[in-house]
Amino acid sequence: MVQAIVFLPLLGAILAGLIALVGAHARNPSGDEVKHHDHGHHDQGLGDHAHAAVAHDDHGHDDHHVSEPPAQGSRAAELITTGLLFVSAALSWVVLVNVGFLHQDARIALFPWINSGDLQVSWALRVDTLTAVMLVVVNTISSLVHLYSIGYMDEDPHRPRFFAYLSLFTFAMLMLVTADNLVQLFFGWEGVGLASYLLIGFWYQKPSANAAAIKAFIVNRVGDFGFALGIFAVFMLLNTTDFETIFAGAQGLTGKTINFFGWHADALTLICLLLFMGAMGKSAQFLLHTWLPDAMEGPTPVSALIHAATMVTAGVFMVARLSPLFELAPNAQAVVMFFGATTAFFAATVGLVQNDIKRIVAYSTCSQLGYMFVAMGAGAYSVGMFHLFTHAFFKALLFLGSGSVIYAMHHEQDIRNMGGLKDKIPYTYAVMVIGTLALTGFPLTAGYFSKDAIIESAYVSHNPLAYYGFAMTVVAAGLTSFYSWRLIFKTFHGEPHDQHHYEAAHESPMWMLVPIGILAAGSILAGFPFKEVFAGHGVEEFFRDSLKMHPNIIEEMHHISPGIAFLPTVMMVVGFLVSWLFYIRRPYIPVQLASEHPMLYQFLLNKWYFDELYELIFVRPAKWIGYQLWKKGDGFVIDGFGPDGVSARVLDVTRNVVKIQTGYLYHYAFAMLIGVAGLITWFMFGLGAQ
Amino acid sequence: MTTWPILSVVTFLPVIGALAIYITRGDDEAARRNARWIALWTTLVTFAVSLILVWRFDASSADFQFVEKASWLASGITYHMGVDGISLPFVILTTALMPFCIIASWKSVTVRVREYMMAFLLLETLMVGTFSALDLVLFYLFFEGGLIPMFLIIGVWGGPRRVYASFKFFLYTLLGSVLMLLAIMALYWNAGTTDIPTLMQTAVPRSLQTWAWLAFFASFAVKMPMWPVHTWLPDAHVEAPTAGSVILAAILLKMGGYGFLRFSLPMFPLASHDFAPLIFSLSVIAIVYTSLVALMQEDVKKLIAYSSVAHMGFVTMGIFAGTTQGIAGGVFQMVSHGIVSGALFLCVGIVYDRMHTREIAAYGGLVNRMPLYAMVFMVFTMANVGLPGTSGFVGEFMTLLGTFKVSIPTATFATLGVILSAAYALWLYRKVVFGALTKPSLASIKDLTPRECLTLFPLVALTILFGVYPKPVLDMSAASVQQLVNNYNAAVTAVKAAALVVQ
Repeated sequence: MVQAIVFLPLLGAILAGLIALVGAHARNPSGDEVKHHDHGHHDQGLGDHAHAAVAHDDHGHDDHHVSEPPAQGSRAAELITTGLLFVSAALSWVVLVNVGFLHQDARIALFPWINSGDLQVSWALRVDTLTAVMLVVVNTISSLVHLYSIGYMDEDPHRPRFFAYLSLFTFAMLMLVTADNLVQLFFGWEGVGLASYLLIGFWYQKPSANAAAIKAFIVNRVGDFGFALGIFAVFMLLNTTDFETIFAGAQGLTGKTINFFGWHADALTLICLLLFMGAMGKSAQFLLHTWLPDAMEGPTPVSALIHAATMVTAGVFMVARLSPLFELAPNAQAVVMFFGATTAFFAATVGLVQNDIKRIVAYSTCSQLGYMFVAMGAGAYSVGMFHLFTHAFFKALLFLGSGSVIYAMHHEQDIRNMGGLKDKIPYTYAVMVIGTLALTGFPLTAGYFSKDAIIESAYVSHNPLAYYGFAMTVVAAGLTSFYSWRLIFKTFHGEPHDQHHYEAAHESPMWMLVPIGILAAGSILAGFPFKEVFAGHGVEEFFRDSLKMHPNIIEEMHHISPGIAFLPTVMMVVGFLVSWLFYIRRPYIPVQLASEHPMLYQFLLNKWYFDELYELIFVRPAKWIGYQLWKKGDGFVIDGFGPDGVSARVLDVTRNVVKIQTGYLYHYAFAMLIGVAGLITWFMFGLGAQ
Repeated sequence: MTTWPILSVVTFLPVIGALAIYITRGDDEAARRNARWIALWTTLVTFAVSLILVWRFDASSADFQFVEKASWLASGITYHMGVDGISLPFVILTTALMPFCIIASWKSVTVRVREYMMAFLLLETLMVGTFSALDLVLFYLFFEGGLIPMFLIIGVWGGPRRVYASFKFFLYTLLGSVLMLLAIMALYWNAGTTDIPTLMQTAVPRSLQTWAWLAFFASFAVKMPMWPVHTWLPDAHVEAPTAGSVILAAILLKMGGYGFLRFSLPMFPLASHDFAPLIFSLSVIAIVYTSLVALMQEDVKKLIAYSSVAHMGFVTMGIFAGTTQGIAGGVFQMVSHGIVSGALFLCVGIVYDRMHTREIAAYGGLVNRMPLYAMVFMVFTMANVGLPGTSGFVGEFMTLLGTFKVSIPTATFATLGVILSAAYALWLYRKVVFGALTKPSLASIKDLTPRECLTLFPLVALTILFGVYPKPVLDMSAASVQQLVNNYNAAVTAVKAAALVVQ
């Protein structure tokens, strides 16, 4: 069954990919001769075709809805991939029941991968409760996003390719969560990175999409740099990459050190920090977050699936998976808490002032991921997983809802051009409000249970940065509420700002409305029923060995004072009221504030200037050094003093020799005479001196 | 074990093919066609025969197999052939890639076709011979002989600056080789034989080890090529015809790595251990330096050539780490790079044949008209980046893992290459393949022909197969690698123990 869950999406991806390739090949003929334009006159038909192609591509440039005919077999590709995903999703729930409640953990060995000496890495599927939760999250959201995409992408000519990528992503994510060793985890890790790269750059004619795709891949690679080093360090100390053996041996590593560039680092702390660097990249944590907002260049369903619900949570999953290591490295946990809390706050501040509907939700995702890491740092891994679980529903809902707005507005994404849409698209409005309630932690919605649990866990944790984590998450709760309601108010309330788009706005097709409806239900229902097993007394029973919780943290959370427990809800209400005041009651206040504090406003609007900073300290120096090494290093120094220099000197010498060779006999005779004279002199004086 | 000299047959079959082409005189269309077909069939049959080697090879043994020995020159110099787990992968790589080179040259070479095919067949003999020679003199002949056909291929069928490039290539490599010849003579005087298996058993005095190691290093470092003697490679690649680039990147470069594994490490273990820090530094510089340089290239082939230097840096680093994973990873990385870089040069050749330019700026938006090409190129780009699931990952990962145990700083800096390779490879892909197709010159460009698919699809399959299931290659070399590591460690620890006693 587990094999079916993991490999059905791969099958779907391959089939859809073949449909895409065959279709694309049928439309683009083979041939190894190029007819240039000046030759075009010989063949009128071909020449015309070429001109037509140029004209059409110019059109396609700025608008991704190319006037190409849809690819053949689009519907077949959609139905195959979506159908297979639904089968996977249904089976995942069965697995969750089997593993979580009936305790049927499984480990299925597939076949060997990299075997050399001590290094024995195999392909294997490991299913414990932690994995089962991820299987449910990934497959449920993925199947709904597949369904939604049938509607959302209906005008796109490249649908088979799109669905192939989506299913490929799902497969890679499933390999990631079922990994039994660090290397397979890395495979899934980079595999989702590839899928993310392909999907962000799906509209490959848009330069901004290509740039964002590359940025996402490279920033993730920076994280993977640490991840890879972490794997090497684990292997150096334990001679294995299998989780079971690592966890069994981890206890023996306490007190060991590694000489890392002269720094005698505690082995476990160093390993955890290196691996966490990978998690920071994938989960867009502070300093490595810059790719996530840009990733919104991809189609909206992609943002919902990859950049909200699943892939970006891989870092959280990884820390949870490695909880036996992190529990032994309190310093590393402090770092996790620091980055989580900082990200939660930082991303929320940037979210306050953004105007692109998708970017607001993207920053909110970034911030919520920070929350999850705060729980991880506190040692309340199940609580972090709880938020991962609920967040998947309401964040996917918010993205798909935004997609529905964008679809209704004919690909308008700027909330300043929206307004008053609640009467035009009431269904979308309703589900967006549900998503917002869940995100801000309105009582009894899914987010309420998980988010408050995180804040409580930060408060009771023994982490040295516990109060920092607590303070940041509480403040961020208020900010979250403010920007989320700002989005709702500016989009759905008030006066329409773009009459043309407003008039044409229409509710989305059923393909899209059904998945959002299911997610809306999930955003309410994913909280309470699961509260006990994720953040209550059922944690031990449910997760068993798959997580190593900080001892007693759940117990301590339950004995927190009511004032503290109530604080996030107060912040949520305050955020809502301020937002209501700013955007409904007195809309001139935000404008006034922005003009009174231009520095602060620009600072937030430009996302704390991280992109500019990185451009300045990484991108440009790398290019400059590359250019200098090429021209000066290779060209001037190595070639200049090496082969070119030598050959030039040889040429000089021969040229001079040629000059001497005049052809006159007496010149030669004279030269000989001088030579003989020289020789004699040397012999006479040289020998005479002896 | 065998009744017929199978290794010699594999080695010299291509020469027979070359002779057959030589016999069919004339320079008309028919003669050209005959030359092509003869060359193709020769390489295919050679490949088929070489598969018998794989089939009969006993992977559990670290010994040389299919050994042939006949007296040849003066005392001690024999015609001695044989393969073990380290050389067999390269023999197969050579015979497997040759048919692709012939097919890739099918249409793009139109002048002196007979001579071209003969040069390639001769080159194949010399390359296979290099990997299967078990006598130093024989090895030297094959190793150096390979220069001549390559020199001609670049110099006759190359691009506009072909003369400069071919001389640079020739002189660079020759200079290193002359030093190696001296070392070979020194070894002969020391042991009284040039028999490689015997020499591997003979302990070489420490002082001679140092000098002989340096002399061999001079030759192999240029071949590899290692920084800072790499500058011939970009020029040679840029000027070479497509198939020449493929062979150069896929096989000729591997001779350097093979030489390190066959001579430097087993024969001079102490010197190898002493010089390992030097190799580590050069490798890391190669990885970071050439990756940065690759980032700024304007010529497609140059970019891939620089990336080859970076990838070879992983190989040298892994080999001299002296660990099982490092060396096995080095072998695997060379095989993988043979497939991937060869395929990348084929990809460049395909657009070069259509547009006759290698300027990156001349392309853009090819995906709009060449979807199959875009897919194939993506696979190889990702393999070049070292994405898990492609063969490129396995080698990089193993070499880094093997080196981390020995030298953390080396492995750490080398891992930076993982970031940089993503930067230059994806940048190239974006500039060439993605984007809108706006350049008028590209408007009527067409997708892969069946002939081109024939050259690329098998390589796509191998890249992914070896990425997911590298066992065939790893198992083939495992026993020999393990023996090499054991002997190396034994020699190094013996000296350390002796040093302790002295203290």
